[in-house]
Amino acid sequence: MCTTCGCSHGETRIDGVPTPRTGSRSAFHHADPRALPLHRHADGSWHGSLRPTARPARHAAPLGAVHDAALAADRVVAIEQDILARNDAFAQRNRQTMHDRGIFALNLVSSPGSGKTTLLVRTIEALKASLAMAVVEGDQQTSLDADRIRATGAAAVQINTGRGCHLDAQMVGDALTTLDPAEDSLLLIENVGNLVCPAAFDLGETHKVVILSVTEGDDKPQKYPDMFRAADLMLINKVDLLPYVAFDVDAASARARAIRPGLPVMCVSATSGEGLAAWLSWIEHGCAAARNARDRNAEGLRRRVAELEAKLAAAARGS
Amino acid sequence: MHEVALAEGVLRIVEDAAIRCQASRVHTVWLEIGALAHVEPRALRFCFDAVTRGSVADGAALEIETRPGMAWCMPCGEHVALAGFGDACPNCGSYQLQVVGGEEMRVKEIGVR
Repeated sequence: MCTTCGCSHGETRIDGVPTPRTGSRSAFHHADPRALPLHRHADGSWHGSLRPTARPARHAAPLGAVHDAALAADRVVAIEQDILARNDAFAQRNRQTMHDRGIFALNLVSSPGSGKTTLLVRTIEALKASLAMAVVEGDQQTSLDADRIRATGAAAVQINTGRGCHLDAQMVGDALTTLDPAEDSLLLIENVGNLVCPAAFDLGETHKVVILSVTEGDDKPQKYPDMFRAADLMLINKVDLLPYVAFDVDAASARARAIRPGLPVMCVSATSGEGLAAWLSWIEHGCAAARNARDRNAEGLRRRVAELEAKLAAAARGS
Repeated sequence: MHEVALAEGVLRIVEDAAIRCQASRVHTVWLEIGALAHVEPRALRFCFDAVTRGSVADGAALEIETRPGMAWCMPCGEHVALAGFGDACPNCGSYQLQVVGGEEMRVKEIGVR
């Protein structure tokens, strides 16, 4: 990301294909090269200009009247709207889609290198005989993680956020359209490795799961409280390395629970397989609960039947 | 730097409102930001200035009203002030706290002409 203007260049890609985002209606500064003072990006390219943006002083108003900006009266307009309302609306749409299909969706968040992808691969290997699974992979660049997931046989979509630091609900909604996850399946969303920004963005998941590896230090919950506050489960990963590092499992758990009272904690090693049985059992319980919730909700079932009937009609027209 | 995404969210709300009330210019944006919200106000100001260039809110002043963090302390059975996540109840030292305020991130009002 550009450190002068904070721009992320709209580089989001899903499986390598750029996604058109419905952006701001006004000229964001990229649309207008005159809008920002001249500054240099990390890749050496120049951006912006020394000229200020011209703004017309007069403009046409409704009914042909002409307003002079300097003369028009100041007003204060009440708005009372959440900044994240748009993301939350997309998240709600994702949540409804997954609810109607009985999908249990997990948003896995952690710092880079905590072992998220290895844990996903182990999880898929263990459950693929009994459960349909799909994976959304988030990374700034490359499809390395989606390739690792696909090697297990599970369906995966790679979202590349470009210079963006988190997944948002609209990206996940686009990925869901591509993936079309099955009824009664498990959806695993591996967020961008970042212990700060993904905490703020609801993706429509059933639970956020925070992964903390023992090589990172047991003080992480205190240093990055927002993420631990947002999580419904904490996995302490790489516990096979505990003999070699100064990591106090009890202290890490206590610190996380000071931020998020009652937070369940599981100790696992994605490499050795230690502790994975509890994690897998937790997932299976979640999947059963998601199926039951769908089966008990007549409105959701009706929406799903309508969706499938539309698909059936389209297929019948095509054949 | 998710503050870029937040600033773009603010701009989208402001632009929609400016169109609704047929304003030619937005000169002030008032935000309500909780002390416990996932946002760094300084970074948000920086990003707001960047994303509003060339928009209806170009050069607008950003006024941030901070809302205090509040929690319900279960052992005390009352509302207490909370400066940050992971802090104990100032009265009894317990961590059995339910956050009830201070996570707001809202556009409150805009000044237009």
